[in-house]
Amino acid sequence: MIPSIPQSRLVTTAYTAYVTLFFIFLALPLIVVAAFAFNDSQFPSLPWEGFTWNWFFGSERPMIGAFHERSILRAIGTSVFVAFCVSALSMVVGLSNAFLFNRYKFRGQSILYVFMLLPLVIPGIVLGISILVASSRMANGLWDGFQWDVEALRPGLWLVVLGQFSFITTIATLVIGARLQKFDKTLEEAALNLGAGRLTAIRTVTLPYLAPAMIGAFVVSFLMSFENFNTTLMLVGSDAPLTIAMFDRLKEGSTPLLNAVSLLLMLGSSLLALVMIAFQKKG
Amino acid sequence: MHREAKLGLILLLTPFLLWLSLLIIIPHIDLLLVSLRERVGVGEYKISLGNYLTFFTEPLYMMTFLRTAVMSIFATLLTLLIGFPVAYYIAKMAKGRTQSALFLLCLVPFWVSELVRTFGWMILLRETGIISNLLQSLGLAQGPVEMLYNDAAIMVGLVYTSMLFMVVPLVTTLESLPDEVVEAGYDLGGSGLSVLREIVIPHAMPGIVSGSIVVFMLCLGNYLTPTMLGGKESLWFTELIYSQFIVRFNWELGAAFGFLLLILSSVIVWGMLRLTGQSLEKTMG
Repeated sequence: MIPSIPQSRLVTTAYTAYVTLFFIFLALPLIVVAAFAFNDSQFPSLPWEGFTWNWFFGSERPMIGAFHERSILRAIGTSVFVAFCVSALSMVVGLSNAFLFNRYKFRGQSILYVFMLLPLVIPGIVLGISILVASSRMANGLWDGFQWDVEALRPGLWLVVLGQFSFITTIATLVIGARLQKFDKTLEEAALNLGAGRLTAIRTVTLPYLAPAMIGAFVVSFLMSFENFNTTLMLVGSDAPLTIAMFDRLKEGSTPLLNAVSLLLMLGSSLLALVMIAFQKKG
Repeated sequence: MHREAKLGLILLLTPFLLWLSLLIIIPHIDLLLVSLRERVGVGEYKISLGNYLTFFTEPLYMMTFLRTAVMSIFATLLTLLIGFPVAYYIAKMAKGRTQSALFLLCLVPFWVSELVRTFGWMILLRETGIISNLLQSLGLAQGPVEMLYNDAAIMVGLVYTSMLFMVVPLVTTLESLPDEVVEAGYDLGGSGLSVLREIVIPHAMPGIVSGSIVVFMLCLGNYLTPTMLGGKESLWFTELIYSQFIVRFNWELGAAFGFLLLILSSVIVWGMLRLTGQSLEKTMG
Protein backbone atom coordinates (compact mmCIF):
# COMPACT_ATOMS: atom_id res chain seq x y z
CA MET A 1 0.00 0.00 0.00
CA ILE A 2 1.55 3.28 -1.12
CA PRO A 3 -0.18 6.52 -2.11
CA SER A 4 0.17 5.78 -5.83
CA ILE A 5 -1.85 2.56 -5.48
CA PRO A 6 -5.57 3.27 -5.23
CA GLN A 7 -7.11 1.97 -2.02
CA SER A 8 -10.65 1.96 -0.75
CA ARG A 9 -11.58 4.96 1.38
CA LEU A 10 -12.35 2.69 4.31
CA VAL A 11 -8.88 1.16 4.44
CA THR A 12 -7.13 4.51 4.22
CA THR A 13 -9.31 6.03 6.92
CA ALA A 14 -8.81 3.05 9.22
CA TYR A 15 -5.07 3.23 8.68
CA THR A 16 -4.92 6.93 9.45
CA ALA A 17 -7.07 6.38 12.53
CA TYR A 18 -4.70 3.69 13.73
CA VAL A 19 -1.67 5.93 13.34
CA THR A 20 -3.48 8.73 15.14
CA LEU A 21 -4.35 6.40 18.00
CA PHE A 22 -0.72 5.35 18.17
CA PHE A 23 0.46 8.91 18.62
CA ILE A 24 -2.16 9.51 21.29
CA PHE A 25 -0.78 6.45 23.05
CA LEU A 26 2.72 7.91 22.81
CA ALA A 27 1.76 11.34 24.07
CA LEU A 28 -0.75 10.44 26.77
CA PRO A 29 1.57 9.54 29.69
CA LEU A 30 3.73 12.60 29.08
CA ILE A 31 0.74 14.94 28.87
CA VAL A 32 -0.71 13.52 32.05
CA VAL A 33 2.57 13.89 33.95
CA ALA A 34 2.91 17.48 32.78
CA ALA A 35 -0.70 18.42 33.53
CA PHE A 36 -0.72 17.20 37.12
CA ALA A 37 2.32 19.30 37.97
CA PHE A 38 -0.18 22.14 38.21
CA ASN A 39 -2.78 20.38 40.35
CA ASP A 40 -3.41 22.12 43.65
CA SER A 41 -3.52 18.86 45.60
CA GLN A 42 -1.25 16.53 47.52
CA PHE A 43 -1.67 13.73 44.99
CA PRO A 44 -1.03 13.63 41.25
CA SER A 45 -4.52 12.27 40.56
CA LEU A 46 -8.07 13.38 40.02
CA PRO A 47 -10.06 15.26 41.19
CA TRP A 48 -8.61 18.45 39.76
CA GLU A 49 -8.31 20.91 42.65
CA GLY A 50 -7.39 23.96 40.64
CA PHE A 51 -4.32 25.44 39.04
CA THR A 52 -1.18 26.26 41.00
CA TRP A 53 2.48 27.10 40.45
CA ASN A 54 3.29 25.94 43.98
CA TRP A 55 4.87 22.66 42.92
CA PHE A 56 7.52 24.70 41.19
CA PHE A 57 7.94 27.80 43.33
CA GLY A 58 6.20 26.99 46.63
CA SER A 59 8.43 27.38 49.66
CA GLU A 60 6.20 26.31 52.54
CA ARG A 61 5.02 22.94 53.71
CA PRO A 62 3.11 20.98 52.56
CA MET A 63 3.81 22.37 49.09
CA ILE A 64 7.54 22.73 48.66
CA GLY A 65 8.20 23.39 45.00
CA ALA A 66 10.91 21.86 42.88
CA PHE A 67 13.05 25.00 43.06
CA HIS A 68 13.08 24.95 46.85
CA GLU A 69 13.50 21.26 47.52
CA ARG A 70 17.14 20.83 48.50
CA SER A 71 17.43 17.11 47.93
CA ILE A 72 16.01 17.37 44.41
CA LEU A 73 18.28 20.27 43.52
CA ARG A 74 21.29 18.39 44.83
CA ALA A 75 20.30 15.31 42.85
CA ILE A 76 20.03 17.41 39.68
CA GLY A 77 23.50 18.76 40.37
CA THR A 78 24.84 15.24 40.82
CA SER A 79 23.24 14.09 37.58
CA VAL A 80 24.65 17.03 35.63
CA PHE A 81 28.12 16.37 37.02
CA VAL A 82 27.98 12.66 36.15
CA ALA A 83 26.53 13.37 32.71
CA PHE A 84 29.28 15.90 31.94
CA CYS A 85 32.05 13.51 32.91
CA VAL A 86 30.47 10.63 31.00
CA SER A 87 29.81 12.61 27.82
CA ALA A 88 33.26 14.19 27.77
CA LEU A 89 34.95 10.83 28.23
CA SER A 90 32.68 9.07 25.74
CA MET A 91 33.12 11.76 23.12
CA VAL A 92 36.90 11.61 23.29
CA VAL A 93 37.14 7.83 23.31
CA GLY A 94 34.36 7.63 20.71
CA LEU A 95 36.30 9.94 18.42
CA SER A 96 39.45 7.90 18.84
CA ASN A 97 37.52 4.65 18.22
CA ALA A 98 35.88 6.10 15.11
CA PHE A 99 39.32 6.87 13.62
CA LEU A 100 40.60 3.47 14.70
CA PHE A 101 37.89 1.56 12.87
CA ASN A 102 37.57 3.83 9.83
CA ARG A 103 41.14 4.76 9.01
CA TYR A 104 43.17 1.71 9.87
CA LYS A 105 43.25 -1.86 8.70
CA PHE A 106 44.84 -4.25 11.13
CA ARG A 107 44.61 -7.87 12.05
CA GLY A 108 41.71 -8.75 14.33
CA GLN A 109 39.93 -5.51 13.48
CA SER A 110 36.57 -7.07 12.70
CA ILE A 111 36.61 -9.07 15.94
CA LEU A 112 37.47 -5.95 17.92
CA TYR A 113 34.62 -4.15 16.17
CA VAL A 114 32.21 -6.81 17.41
CA PHE A 115 33.69 -6.42 20.90
CA MET A 116 33.15 -2.69 20.61
CA LEU A 117 29.45 -3.33 19.90
CA LEU A 118 29.03 -5.81 22.75
CA PRO A 119 27.95 -3.31 25.43
CA LEU A 120 24.78 -2.78 23.37
CA VAL A 121 23.69 -6.36 23.97
CA ILE A 122 24.70 -6.63 27.63
CA PRO A 123 21.80 -5.82 29.97
CA GLY A 124 22.56 -2.62 31.89
CA ILE A 125 22.09 -4.25 35.25
CA VAL A 126 24.67 -6.94 34.38
CA LEU A 127 27.16 -4.25 33.34
CA GLY A 128 26.47 -2.59 36.68
CA ILE A 129 27.07 -5.64 38.85
CA SER A 130 30.13 -6.75 36.89
CA ILE A 131 31.78 -3.36 37.40
CA LEU A 132 30.71 -3.42 41.05
CA VAL A 133 32.30 -6.82 41.56
CA ALA A 134 35.51 -5.95 39.71
CA SER A 135 36.02 -2.60 41.41
CA SER A 136 35.40 -3.93 44.89
CA ARG A 137 37.84 -6.77 44.27
CA MET A 138 40.39 -4.22 43.18
CA ALA A 139 39.67 -2.02 46.18
CA ASN A 140 40.00 -4.97 48.54
CA GLY A 141 43.22 -6.02 46.85
CA LEU A 142 44.70 -2.54 47.26
CA TRP A 143 43.67 -2.49 50.89
CA ASP A 144 45.04 -5.94 51.68
CA GLY A 145 48.25 -5.36 49.78
CA PHE A 146 49.13 -1.75 50.53
CA GLN A 147 46.57 -0.55 53.07
CA TRP A 148 45.35 1.91 50.44
CA ASP A 149 41.73 2.85 50.74
CA VAL A 150 40.68 3.98 47.28
CA GLU A 151 37.36 5.71 47.77
CA ALA A 152 36.74 5.96 44.01
CA LEU A 153 36.45 2.19 43.72
CA ARG A 154 33.62 1.97 46.26
CA PRO A 155 30.01 2.50 45.15
CA GLY A 156 29.62 6.18 44.48
CA LEU A 157 29.79 8.83 41.81
CA TRP A 158 33.03 7.70 40.19
CA LEU A 159 31.77 4.18 39.76
CA VAL A 160 28.53 5.53 38.30
CA VAL A 161 30.61 7.52 35.82
CA LEU A 162 32.64 4.44 34.89
CA GLY A 163 29.55 2.25 34.58
CA GLN A 164 27.77 4.66 32.26
CA PHE A 165 30.92 5.40 30.31
CA SER A 166 31.31 1.67 29.64
CA PHE A 167 28.31 1.47 27.30
CA ILE A 168 27.76 5.09 26.24
CA THR A 169 31.18 5.01 24.53
CA THR A 170 29.80 2.51 22.04
CA ILE A 171 27.00 4.87 21.11
CA ALA A 172 29.36 7.84 20.78
CA THR A 173 31.61 5.72 18.56
CA LEU A 174 28.70 4.80 16.29
CA VAL A 175 27.49 8.39 16.00
CA ILE A 176 30.92 9.81 15.16
CA GLY A 177 31.91 6.82 13.02
CA ALA A 178 28.81 7.22 10.84
CA ARG A 179 29.86 10.75 9.89
CA LEU A 180 33.53 9.92 9.48
CA GLN A 181 32.55 7.23 7.00
CA LYS A 182 30.85 9.82 4.81
CA PHE A 183 33.90 12.07 4.87
CA ASP A 184 35.52 12.66 1.50
CA LYS A 185 39.14 11.65 2.07
CA THR A 186 40.41 13.65 -0.90
CA LEU A 187 39.80 16.83 1.12
CA GLU A 188 42.36 15.67 3.64
CA GLU A 189 44.73 14.69 0.84
CA ALA A 190 44.35 18.16 -0.65
CA ALA A 191 45.45 19.65 2.65
CA LEU A 192 48.45 17.33 2.68
CA ASN A 193 49.32 18.35 -0.88
CA LEU A 194 49.19 21.97 0.14
CA GLY A 195 51.89 21.25 2.65
CA ALA A 196 49.98 20.60 5.85
CA GLY A 197 51.24 17.97 8.23
CA ARG A 198 49.07 14.98 8.99
CA LEU A 199 47.89 16.32 12.35
CA THR A 200 47.29 19.81 10.95
CA ALA A 201 45.19 18.31 8.17
CA ILE A 202 43.07 16.39 10.64
CA ARG A 203 42.73 19.36 12.95
CA THR A 204 41.81 21.89 10.28
CA VAL A 205 39.85 19.74 7.83
CA THR A 206 38.55 16.53 9.35
CA LEU A 207 37.68 17.65 12.86
CA PRO A 208 35.60 20.67 11.74
CA TYR A 209 33.73 18.31 9.44
CA LEU A 210 33.12 15.96 12.38
CA ALA A 211 32.06 18.74 14.76
CA PRO A 212 28.28 18.26 14.33
CA ALA A 213 28.64 14.54 15.00
CA MET A 214 30.81 15.20 18.02
CA ILE A 215 28.28 17.62 19.43
CA GLY A 216 25.56 15.10 18.62
CA ALA A 217 27.49 12.38 20.40
CA PHE A 218 27.99 14.65 23.39
CA VAL A 219 24.30 15.53 23.64
CA VAL A 220 23.11 11.95 23.16
CA SER A 221 25.61 10.76 25.77
CA PHE A 222 24.51 13.48 28.13
CA LEU A 223 20.87 12.50 27.83
CA MET A 224 21.57 8.79 28.09
CA SER A 225 23.64 9.35 31.18
CA PHE A 226 21.05 11.65 32.71
CA GLU A 227 18.31 9.09 32.12
CA ASN A 228 20.25 5.99 32.92
CA PHE A 229 18.72 3.91 35.63
CA ASN A 230 19.78 0.26 35.56
CA THR A 231 23.55 0.58 35.62
CA THR A 232 23.43 3.52 38.00
CA LEU A 233 21.16 1.66 40.43
CA MET A 234 23.82 -0.97 41.07
CA LEU A 235 26.72 1.44 41.49
CA VAL A 236 25.21 4.34 43.36
CA GLY A 237 26.51 5.37 46.77
CA SER A 238 25.14 8.02 49.07
CA ASP A 239 24.94 10.79 46.44
CA ALA A 240 22.00 9.73 44.31
CA PRO A 241 21.58 11.14 40.79
CA LEU A 242 18.15 12.45 39.90
CA THR A 243 16.60 9.27 38.47
CA ILE A 244 17.53 7.29 41.57
CA ALA A 245 16.37 10.05 43.92
CA MET A 246 13.02 10.25 42.10
CA PHE A 247 12.68 6.49 42.13
CA ASP A 248 13.15 6.40 45.91
CA ARG A 249 10.49 9.07 46.33
CA LEU A 250 8.11 7.38 43.95
CA LYS A 251 8.32 4.19 45.99
CA GLU A 252 7.23 6.09 49.08
CA GLY A 253 4.26 7.61 47.27
CA SER A 254 4.11 10.42 44.83
CA THR A 255 3.27 14.09 45.14
CA PRO A 256 2.89 16.53 42.26
CA LEU A 257 6.43 17.65 43.09
CA LEU A 258 7.59 14.69 41.03
CA ASN A 259 5.39 15.87 38.18
CA ALA A 260 6.95 19.30 38.38
CA VAL A 261 10.46 17.83 38.27
CA SER A 262 9.43 15.58 35.37
CA LEU A 263 8.08 18.54 33.44
CA LEU A 264 11.33 20.41 33.99
CA LEU A 265 13.19 17.34 32.72
CA MET A 266 11.03 17.22 29.60
CA LEU A 267 11.67 20.90 28.93
CA GLY A 268 15.37 20.48 29.54
CA SER A 269 15.81 17.57 27.21
CA SER A 270 13.65 19.09 24.47
CA LEU A 271 15.85 22.15 24.65
CA LEU A 272 18.96 20.01 24.30
CA ALA A 273 17.38 18.14 21.40
CA LEU A 274 16.57 21.41 19.64
CA VAL A 275 20.13 22.64 20.12
CA MET A 276 21.41 19.44 18.61
CA ILE A 277 19.06 19.62 15.62
CA ALA A 278 20.13 23.22 15.02
CA PHE A 279 23.79 22.18 15.00
CA GLN A 280 23.07 19.23 12.73
CA LYS A 281 21.38 21.50 10.21
CA LYS A 282 24.35 23.83 10.16
CA GLY A 283 26.81 20.99 9.65
CA MET B 1 55.20 7.68 6.87
CA HIS B 2 54.94 4.02 7.71
CA ARG B 3 56.31 4.54 11.19
CA GLU B 4 54.00 7.45 11.74
CA ALA B 5 50.98 5.34 10.79
CA LYS B 6 52.04 2.65 13.21
CA LEU B 7 52.40 5.18 15.99
CA GLY B 8 48.93 6.54 15.22
CA LEU B 9 47.48 3.05 15.34
CA ILE B 10 49.02 2.40 18.74
CA LEU B 11 47.81 5.76 20.05
CA LEU B 12 44.26 5.00 18.96
CA LEU B 13 44.31 1.40 20.08
CA THR B 14 45.38 2.26 23.63
CA PRO B 15 42.22 4.02 24.84
CA PHE B 16 40.06 1.47 23.05
CA LEU B 17 41.80 -1.53 24.59
CA LEU B 18 41.89 0.08 28.03
CA TRP B 19 38.18 0.77 27.87
CA LEU B 20 37.35 -2.68 26.53
CA SER B 21 39.49 -4.64 28.95
CA LEU B 22 39.02 -2.61 32.14
CA LEU B 23 35.32 -1.89 31.82
CA ILE B 24 33.91 -4.78 29.82
CA ILE B 25 36.08 -7.88 29.74
CA ILE B 26 37.77 -8.00 33.16
CA PRO B 27 34.57 -7.12 35.06
CA HIS B 28 32.73 -9.95 33.32
CA ILE B 29 35.50 -12.43 34.09
CA ASP B 30 35.35 -11.27 37.70
CA LEU B 31 31.60 -11.73 37.67
CA LEU B 32 32.01 -15.26 36.36
CA LEU B 33 34.62 -16.09 39.01
CA VAL B 34 32.45 -14.76 41.82
CA SER B 35 29.49 -16.77 40.55
CA LEU B 36 31.62 -19.92 40.66
CA ARG B 37 32.64 -19.68 44.29
CA GLU B 38 30.89 -20.73 47.42
CA ARG B 39 31.35 -19.37 50.90
CA VAL B 40 32.51 -22.04 53.31
CA GLY B 41 33.57 -19.88 56.22
CA VAL B 42 34.40 -16.29 57.11
CA GLY B 43 36.47 -15.04 54.18
CA GLU B 44 36.97 -18.60 52.91
CA TYR B 45 35.68 -19.67 49.54
CA LYS B 46 35.84 -22.75 47.38
CA ILE B 47 35.10 -23.22 43.73
CA SER B 48 31.75 -24.85 43.09
CA LEU B 49 28.71 -24.81 40.91
CA GLY B 50 26.56 -24.45 44.01
CA ASN B 51 25.07 -21.09 43.02
CA TYR B 52 23.92 -22.39 39.68
CA LEU B 53 22.56 -25.51 41.38
CA THR B 54 20.56 -23.31 43.75
CA PHE B 55 19.07 -21.61 40.73
CA PHE B 56 17.99 -24.85 39.11
CA THR B 57 16.59 -26.40 42.28
CA GLU B 58 14.65 -23.40 43.56
CA PRO B 59 11.36 -23.19 41.62
CA LEU B 60 10.88 -19.48 42.34
CA TYR B 61 14.16 -18.57 40.61
CA MET B 62 13.50 -20.85 37.65
CA MET B 63 9.95 -19.63 37.21
CA THR B 64 10.95 -15.98 37.39
CA PHE B 65 13.68 -16.58 34.82
CA LEU B 66 11.32 -18.27 32.38
CA ARG B 67 8.56 -15.75 32.95
CA THR B 68 10.94 -12.87 32.28
CA ALA B 69 12.14 -14.52 29.07
CA VAL B 70 8.66 -15.35 27.78
CA MET B 71 7.20 -11.97 28.64
CA SER B 72 10.15 -10.18 27.01
CA ILE B 73 9.66 -12.16 23.81
CA PHE B 74 5.96 -11.42 23.91
CA ALA B 75 6.60 -7.72 24.50
CA THR B 76 9.02 -7.68 21.54
CA LEU B 77 6.47 -9.28 19.22
CA LEU B 78 3.79 -6.89 20.41
CA THR B 79 6.07 -3.90 19.85
CA LEU B 80 6.83 -5.13 16.34
CA LEU B 81 3.16 -5.70 15.51
CA ILE B 82 2.09 -2.30 16.82
CA GLY B 83 5.11 -0.44 15.47
CA PHE B 84 5.33 -1.88 11.98
CA PRO B 85 2.22 -0.26 10.50
CA VAL B 86 3.23 3.06 12.04
CA ALA B 87 6.77 2.79 10.68
CA TYR B 88 5.37 1.90 7.27
CA TYR B 89 3.05 4.88 7.41
CA ILE B 90 5.90 7.23 8.26
CA ALA B 91 8.24 5.79 5.66
CA LYS B 92 5.90 5.25 2.72
CA MET B 93 2.55 7.03 3.19
CA ALA B 94 3.54 10.34 4.77
CA LYS B 95 5.48 12.80 2.64
CA GLY B 96 7.71 15.79 3.18
CA ARG B 97 7.03 17.88 6.26
CA THR B 98 4.48 15.48 7.78
CA GLN B 99 6.96 12.68 7.44
CA SER B 100 9.72 14.36 9.39
CA ALA B 101 7.26 15.72 11.94
CA LEU B 102 5.84 12.26 12.61
CA PHE B 103 9.30 10.79 12.83
CA LEU B 104 10.33 13.43 15.33
CA LEU B 105 7.17 12.80 17.37
CA CYS B 106 8.19 9.16 17.68
CA LEU B 107 11.47 10.25 19.20
CA VAL B 108 9.98 12.56 21.80
CA PRO B 109 9.28 9.99 24.55
CA PHE B 110 12.89 8.88 24.27
CA TRP B 111 14.13 12.29 25.32
CA VAL B 112 12.34 11.84 28.62
CA SER B 113 13.59 9.58 31.37
CA GLU B 114 12.07 6.12 31.61
CA LEU B 115 11.10 6.98 35.16
CA VAL B 116 8.89 9.82 33.92
CA ARG B 117 7.23 7.58 31.32
CA THR B 118 6.53 4.91 33.92
CA PHE B 119 5.23 7.54 36.30
CA GLY B 120 2.84 8.68 33.56
CA TRP B 121 1.43 5.19 33.21
CA MET B 122 1.01 4.95 36.98
CA ILE B 123 -1.06 8.11 36.98
CA LEU B 124 -3.16 6.77 34.11
CA LEU B 125 -3.71 3.23 35.31
CA ARG B 126 -4.00 3.36 39.07
CA GLU B 127 -7.19 3.02 41.06
CA THR B 128 -7.57 6.77 41.45
CA GLY B 129 -6.14 7.31 37.99
CA ILE B 130 -7.43 8.92 34.82
CA ILE B 131 -8.68 5.81 33.04
CA SER B 132 -10.48 4.51 36.10
CA ASN B 133 -12.20 7.88 36.55
CA LEU B 134 -13.04 8.03 32.88
CA LEU B 135 -14.66 4.59 32.94
CA GLN B 136 -16.68 5.56 35.97
CA SER B 137 -17.94 8.80 34.52
CA LEU B 138 -18.89 6.99 31.32
CA GLY B 139 -20.87 4.55 33.41
CA LEU B 140 -18.79 1.59 32.24
CA ALA B 141 -17.58 0.79 35.74
CA GLN B 142 -19.33 1.00 39.08
CA GLY B 143 -16.41 1.61 41.39
CA PRO B 144 -12.74 2.45 41.01
CA VAL B 145 -10.87 0.04 38.73
CA GLU B 146 -7.32 -0.96 39.59
CA MET B 147 -5.35 -1.55 36.39
CA LEU B 148 -1.92 -1.24 37.90
CA TYR B 149 0.16 -3.98 39.51
CA ASN B 150 -0.44 -6.81 37.05
CA ASP B 151 1.24 -8.34 34.02
CA ALA B 152 -0.85 -6.38 31.53
CA ALA B 153 0.39 -3.13 33.05
CA ILE B 154 3.98 -4.35 32.76
CA MET B 155 3.31 -5.19 29.10
CA VAL B 156 1.94 -1.72 28.39
CA GLY B 157 4.94 -0.15 30.07
CA LEU B 158 7.46 -2.33 28.24
CA VAL B 159 5.89 -1.79 24.82
CA TYR B 160 5.69 1.93 25.41
CA THR B 161 9.28 2.23 26.58
CA SER B 162 10.64 0.13 23.71
CA MET B 163 8.57 1.53 20.85
CA LEU B 164 11.16 4.01 19.62
CA PHE B 165 13.86 1.36 19.29
CA MET B 166 11.59 -0.62 17.00
CA VAL B 167 10.13 2.22 14.93
CA VAL B 168 13.40 4.00 14.10
CA PRO B 169 15.22 1.04 12.47
CA LEU B 170 12.00 0.02 10.72
CA VAL B 171 11.49 3.48 9.24
CA THR B 172 15.11 3.58 8.12
CA THR B 173 14.94 0.28 6.25
CA LEU B 174 11.45 0.87 4.84
CA GLU B 175 12.46 4.27 3.49
CA SER B 176 15.09 2.58 1.34
CA LEU B 177 12.44 0.46 -0.37
CA PRO B 178 11.66 2.15 -3.71
CA ASP B 179 7.98 2.82 -4.40
CA GLU B 180 8.44 1.33 -7.87
CA VAL B 181 9.19 -2.09 -6.41
CA VAL B 182 5.94 -2.04 -4.47
CA GLU B 183 4.09 -0.86 -7.59
CA ALA B 184 5.67 -3.64 -9.62
CA GLY B 185 4.42 -6.13 -7.08
CA TYR B 186 0.87 -4.88 -7.57
CA ASP B 187 1.29 -4.76 -11.37
CA LEU B 188 2.31 -8.38 -11.38
CA GLY B 189 -1.01 -9.21 -9.78
CA GLY B 190 -0.03 -9.28 -6.15
CA SER B 191 -2.60 -8.46 -3.50
CA GLY B 192 -1.86 -6.16 -0.57
CA LEU B 193 -1.08 -9.16 1.59
CA SER B 194 1.22 -10.92 -0.84
CA VAL B 195 3.13 -7.71 -1.59
CA LEU B 196 3.59 -7.26 2.14
CA ARG B 197 4.78 -10.82 2.58
CA GLU B 198 6.97 -11.14 -0.50
CA ILE B 199 8.38 -7.64 -0.88
CA VAL B 200 7.96 -5.36 2.10
CA ILE B 201 8.81 -7.73 4.94
CA PRO B 202 11.88 -9.31 3.29
CA HIS B 203 13.19 -5.85 2.52
CA ALA B 204 12.57 -4.67 6.09
CA MET B 205 14.22 -7.73 7.62
CA PRO B 206 17.44 -6.03 8.80
CA GLY B 207 15.35 -3.37 10.51
CA ILE B 208 13.04 -5.96 12.05
CA VAL B 209 16.00 -7.93 13.39
CA SER B 210 17.92 -5.00 14.85
CA GLY B 211 14.75 -3.49 16.31
CA SER B 212 13.75 -6.80 17.86
CA ILE B 213 17.19 -7.39 19.35
CA VAL B 214 17.34 -4.01 21.00
CA VAL B 215 13.75 -4.18 22.25
CA PHE B 216 14.23 -7.68 23.61
CA MET B 217 17.41 -6.65 25.43
CA LEU B 218 15.70 -3.62 26.91
CA CYS B 219 12.75 -5.68 28.14
CA LEU B 220 14.88 -8.44 29.58
CA GLY B 221 17.14 -6.04 31.43
CA ASN B 222 14.40 -3.68 32.54
CA TYR B 223 14.07 -3.09 36.24
CA LEU B 224 12.01 0.05 36.57
CA THR B 225 8.88 -0.91 34.65
CA PRO B 226 8.26 -4.30 36.29
CA THR B 227 9.01 -2.87 39.72
CA MET B 228 6.73 0.12 39.42
CA LEU B 229 3.89 -1.30 37.31
CA GLY B 230 3.96 -4.94 38.32
CA GLY B 231 2.35 -6.43 41.38
CA LYS B 232 3.72 -8.59 44.16
CA GLU B 233 3.42 -11.74 42.05
CA SER B 234 4.91 -10.38 38.88
CA LEU B 235 8.57 -10.66 39.77
CA TRP B 236 11.15 -9.80 37.12
CA PHE B 237 14.53 -11.52 37.00
CA THR B 238 16.43 -8.25 37.41
CA GLU B 239 14.61 -7.74 40.70
CA LEU B 240 16.11 -11.01 41.94
CA ILE B 241 19.59 -9.84 40.95
CA TYR B 242 19.06 -6.55 42.70
CA SER B 243 17.81 -8.16 45.89
CA GLN B 244 20.68 -10.65 46.04
CA PHE B 245 23.24 -7.93 45.50
CA ILE B 246 21.93 -4.99 47.44
CA VAL B 247 19.43 -6.36 49.97
CA ARG B 248 20.82 -9.76 50.95
CA PHE B 249 24.43 -9.04 50.08
CA ASN B 250 24.74 -12.54 48.59
CA TRP B 251 27.02 -11.52 45.71
CA GLU B 252 27.83 -15.10 44.73
CA LEU B 253 24.23 -16.01 43.96
CA GLY B 254 23.56 -12.58 42.47
CA ALA B 255 26.55 -12.96 40.15
CA ALA B 256 25.27 -16.36 39.03
CA PHE B 257 21.88 -14.79 38.27
CA GLY B 258 23.58 -12.00 36.36
CA PHE B 259 25.51 -14.48 34.31
CA LEU B 260 22.39 -16.50 33.55
CA LEU B 261 20.68 -13.34 32.34
CA LEU B 262 23.67 -12.58 30.13
CA ILE B 263 23.67 -16.11 28.71
CA LEU B 264 19.94 -16.00 28.04
CA SER B 265 20.17 -12.69 26.22
CA SER B 266 23.21 -13.76 24.20
CA VAL B 267 21.59 -17.04 23.18
CA ILE B 268 18.40 -15.37 22.05
CA VAL B 269 20.21 -12.57 20.20
CA TRP B 270 22.53 -15.08 18.55
CA GLY B 271 19.59 -17.31 17.61
CA MET B 272 17.72 -14.38 16.13
CA LEU B 273 20.77 -13.38 14.06
CA ARG B 274 21.31 -16.97 12.85
CA LEU B 275 17.66 -17.53 11.99
CA THR B 276 17.54 -14.46 9.81
CA GLY B 277 21.09 -14.70 8.43
CA GLN B 278 22.14 -11.30 9.82
CA SER B 279 25.27 -10.33 11.70
CA LEU B 280 25.81 -8.09 14.69
CA GLU B 281 27.99 -5.67 12.73
CA LYS B 282 25.35 -5.22 10.08
CA THR B 283 22.37 -4.82 12.38
CA MET B 284 23.97 -2.65 15.07
CA GLY B 285 26.82 -0.82 13.39
